[in-house]
Amino acid sequence: MTSANGKRQIPRIGVYVCHCGSNIAGTVDVEEVAKWAKERLGEQGVVVAKEYKFMCSSLGQELIAEDIRKERLDRVVVAACSPHLHEKTFRGAAARAGLNPYLCEMTSIREQVSWVHTDKILATEKAKALISGTVARVREHSPLESITVPINETTLVVGGGIAGIQAALEIANTGHPVYLVEREPSIGGHMAQFDKTFPTLDCAACILTPRMSEAGSHPGIHLLTWSEVEQVEGYVGNFTVSVRKKARYVNTELCTGCGICWQKCPKNVLDDKFEVGLGYRKAIYTPFEQAVPRFPVIDRETCTYFEKGTCKACEKFCPTGAIALEQQDELVSFQVGNIVLATGYDLFDARRVPQYGYGRLPNVFTSLEFERMCNAAGPTNGDIVLRDGKTVPKTVGIIHCVGSRDRNYNNYCSAICCMQSLKFAHLVKERTGAEVYNFYIDLRTTAKDYDEFYQRVLEEGTLFVRGRVAEIIDGAQLPGGDERMVIQVEDTLAGCQRHIPVDMVVLSAALEPRADAGEVAKQFGISCSSNGWFTERHPKLDPVATMTEGIFIAGCATGPRDIPNTVAQGSATAARVVSYIAQAELALEPIRASVAEATCSGCRICNGLCPFNAIVFHEDRMVTEIMTALCQGCGTCVAACPAGAITCTGFSNDQVIAQIEGMMAVAFQPEPV
Amino acid sequence: MSENGKPKFAMYWAASCGGCDIAVLNIHEKILDVDANFEVVFWPVAVDAKYKDVEAMADGEILLTLFNGGMRNEENAHMARLLRRKSQILIAFGSCANEGCIPGLANLSPVEEIFETAYATVSTENAAGIRPQPETQVAEGVLSIPAFSPVLRTLNQVVDVDYYIPGCPPESHQIAAVIDVVLAVLAGKAQLPPKGSMLGVGQSTVCDECTRVRNVRKITGFRRIQDLECIDPQVCLLEQGVLCTGPATASGCTALCPKAGAPCAGCYGPAQGVLDFGARMMSAVASVIDSNDAEEIDRILDGLVDPAGSFYRFNLAHSVLRTGRASWNGN
Ligand SMILES: Cc1cc2nc3c(=O)[nH]c(=O)nc-3n(C[C@H](O)[C@H](O)[C@H](O)COP(=O)(O)OP(=O)(O)OC[C@H]3O[C@@H](n4cnc5c(N)ncnc54)[C@H](O)[C@@H]3O)c2cc1C
Ligand code: SF4
Ligand code: SF4
Ligand code: SF4
Ligand code: SF4
Repeated sequence: MTSANGKRQIPRIGVYVCHCGSNIAGTVDVEEVAKWAKERLGEQGVVVAKEYKFMCSSLGQELIAEDIRKERLDRVVVAACSPHLHEKTFRGAAARAGLNPYLCEMTSIREQVSWVHTDKILATEKAKALISGTVARVREHSPLESITVPINETTLVVGGGIAGIQAALEIANTGHPVYLVEREPSIGGHMAQFDKTFPTLDCAACILTPRMSEAGSHPGIHLLTWSEVEQVEGYVGNFTVSVRKKARYVNTELCTGCGICWQKCPKNVLDDKFEVGLGYRKAIYTPFEQAVPRFPVIDRETCTYFEKGTCKACEKFCPTGAIALEQQDELVSFQVGNIVLATGYDLFDARRVPQYGYGRLPNVFTSLEFERMCNAAGPTNGDIVLRDGKTVPKTVGIIHCVGSRDRNYNNYCSAICCMQSLKFAHLVKERTGAEVYNFYIDLRTTAKDYDEFYQRVLEEGTLFVRGRVAEIIDGAQLPGGDERMVIQVEDTLAGCQRHIPVDMVVLSAALEPRADAGEVAKQFGISCSSNGWFTERHPKLDPVATMTEGIFIAGCATGPRDIPNTVAQGSATAARVVSYIAQAELALEPIRASVAEATCSGCRICNGLCPFNAIVFHEDRMVTEIMTALCQGCGTCVAACPAGAITCTGFSNDQVIAQIEGMMAVAFQPEPV
Repeated sequence: MSENGKPKFAMYWAASCGGCDIAVLNIHEKILDVDANFEVVFWPVAVDAKYKDVEAMADGEILLTLFNGGMRNEENAHMARLLRRKSQILIAFGSCANEGCIPGLANLSPVEEIFETAYATVSTENAAGIRPQPETQVAEGVLSIPAFSPVLRTLNQVVDVDYYIPGCPPESHQIAAVIDVVLAVLAGKAQLPPKGSMLGVGQSTVCDECTRVRNVRKITGFRRIQDLECIDPQVCLLEQGVLCTGPATASGCTALCPKAGAPCAGCYGPAQGVLDFGARMMSAVASVIDSNDAEEIDRILDGLVDPAGSFYRFNLAHSVLRTGRASWNGN
């Protein structure tokens, strides 16, 4: 800390030690720590050191504010919980008392001390060392000003599943424009494939399609289907997005969606996307009847014209002349202030569990196949039948947790499979009267009306076997076996091995992150958890924001969840976005990295490292620059720069070394134990 | 000031190869400026003077001392202390005095091992297994030689240093430039830079002066330069898989090595403000290894045949890891 004339001034530091009830005080002698700080860190400039039951309470905050005013404190150290939790609180308190908030620093003596230690004497010593380090560090601080950026009122929503539709509608309803980008020909996502939804059993299409058409016709929503985001640049408030509109080969100005083209198209194609391989579509198609928008697309890969150069049946029959076989991909670019990522999930590939025989045993189905089968508009018109398309099963086995809660595949619980399996059991009973076995590990029916639904399915006579299915055996291979399959399972309630013959098996496969989730995360500068789901800024307190300002996440892209939860998240992102728009400009944390241009050698080591795409290289001057508003202060590039040209405010060499030395000063001279 | 009114100049070599002295002589006619403006009172390689002459001087009598070499034995350290006392400005000159240089690599081995290597090789005739002893009793009395220190220390690990001129050896044009500054200061036309500054270096690192083309970094493997079938004369060596420490090395040498097709070995030391050269370079390299697979990363790193010698060739003695006081006792 230096004054205008370059002389080092003695700072006036206040140290505040929190009890956190007994959370900290139970393991750390907080009175002793405060007394010690006053006595032993006086030379460092500590003029006040106090302990208090709950520093974060309004009384605790007032205590600090009052000392700042009365004792003319110019630095504050709060030894309490993690800065993640209360840094904002205490910086706010400091600011209210007229101190630059960035001269207030926290040190964690709860997460890093009391919660992880049991020996009170040693824990107290460690708390002292941490405080000593933070006092040394805060001495090196200088006041920082936050950065303000204007917020563009337009929003980009990526993914038109129910999460994205909800977010887009809610934002657009407040009068702010939205671009909704969907990679498939229609919005709707997975929900459009379902028949009924648990627990209420309302028809998925009946509740989804009104929302789809509302989004499709909303004057504030610019729908870009059959499109993908190609590039994102900029930062919160000012993103520039370019989107590739894949060629539809249909002029959407002219097309009325009459459907003559796909009736006339001679080319039948197995639909492995929407119909998950159970049904057929044409080379020109909309994925389903109620698609939004109603315009078809031509699938270049299978269209006869693109293959052989002749056919053009669609063009011949189209009454409005809308077929445009010479159409090209188009790049559109626009500005947005915020982005919502609602890219959903992929279904676990059940082939990965070979002992369940999916792909080998014809009558083993996946959950999505079963959904399509139940759907009245689906390939079997809603009939539950075996792969031959006609035989109604007499016994059906439904296996929960396929690919979930299994360390060979995914450790996590897919959250919806229990309920979805109960839904299936009900549908089988209702439509075929067959005997149904559900094989489960635990039944997780925690949300509203879910357990009631389970009771209902129980009463309907579904049989429940607790145990992970070991294998599904082709019955014909057993001595004297018939055409049926045999499910081999250890019934952990009865405590015995069981062999249950069935006609049909449904695998309730896990929900997995999209295959390209990692790339999408990188493109938008956010991160994924070790499982691959988008990471939220805070799992409890900020579940739809990310560490990157202006990028929000909703629905199954953040982890497995049911429709109500997905919709709630869609709405939550809308609330966050609209609140940013309403503020018109946003104050950003000043903890950011910057490059000293004279020191930068243009070695380019740092160029590809920024997870937030904040680093640009100027070829002409051969130097690197960091876009301040984009940088999130993560420190990756700071550690990488071999020239020491990058520094991060708040984390300069001087600050970090002072902190280490401050800690060591105590850690190396422990009081006799 | 001496009788002839000229300020006094000294240069000394401790544990070093002598290259630094040659580099000073290599400034050609500029050496005449030194002679014209200074009285050279002590410079073992160039003028005849004895230790006792220096000891006889008043404290601070010498204006400028260029000190090269590391402190390998007690004599080196004694001379460092002596010259510190006698000099107004003490400059750590060259890599050895700055950061230990090649002699500092011996800090990887305990003293016994160093002696073993030096006095028991096949080419050494030493059947009696004699090792240097600080004191030896002979008929005429006690003979003593300077004691070998547990580790080599840099100049500022032993005495207070005013300025640093890095390089192995410092480039002659840089030495000449520093001399010009000193002369300008003497003439009252310039001010001394702040104490502790590095002199005779650029502000950036070697890449700044290197003309090789570089792209966004991605390292997929390491090769030694001699294992490359042909070296692309235009492209950055690091990109060709050769560990060039140019990105971390202070500029000032005009990128002589990479321009000539050899990787920068780091002789100019870290850029200003960088605490540990090797750690910096390692974290830079680690940041751009192009794999997320632990086994592949291991495989890539195995391509680095001599990590200590590659990342710490010049600065081991001054590295943060090896400068704990405990390690000075040979631990
Ligand atoms: C078999 C099964 C049955 C289920 N039944 C029920 C039920 O009865 N009740 C219930 O509450 N929940 C049920 N669920 C859960 C339900 O599917 C999800 O909660 C819900 O669909 C999640 O919606 P979403 O919008 O987050 O994701 P999705 O529905 O996956 O939508 C994501 C959308 O984003 C698009 N997209 C993806 N990546 C990109 C990109 N990079 N660019 C542009 N667009 C992209 C996709 O094409 C898709 O349209 C069931 C799940 C399964 C597997
Ligand atoms: S060109 Fe022929 S095959 Fe292609 S979409 Fe039109 S009708 Fe179908
Ligand atoms: S600190 Fe560096 S890597 Fe991290 S966000 Fe800022 S510019 Fe990017
Ligand atoms: S790593 Fe450092 S020196 Fe290299 S380009 Fe980046 S900022 Fe410049
Ligand atoms: S060759 Fe070496 S000095 Fe030249 S640009 Fe590459 S890393 Fe830098």
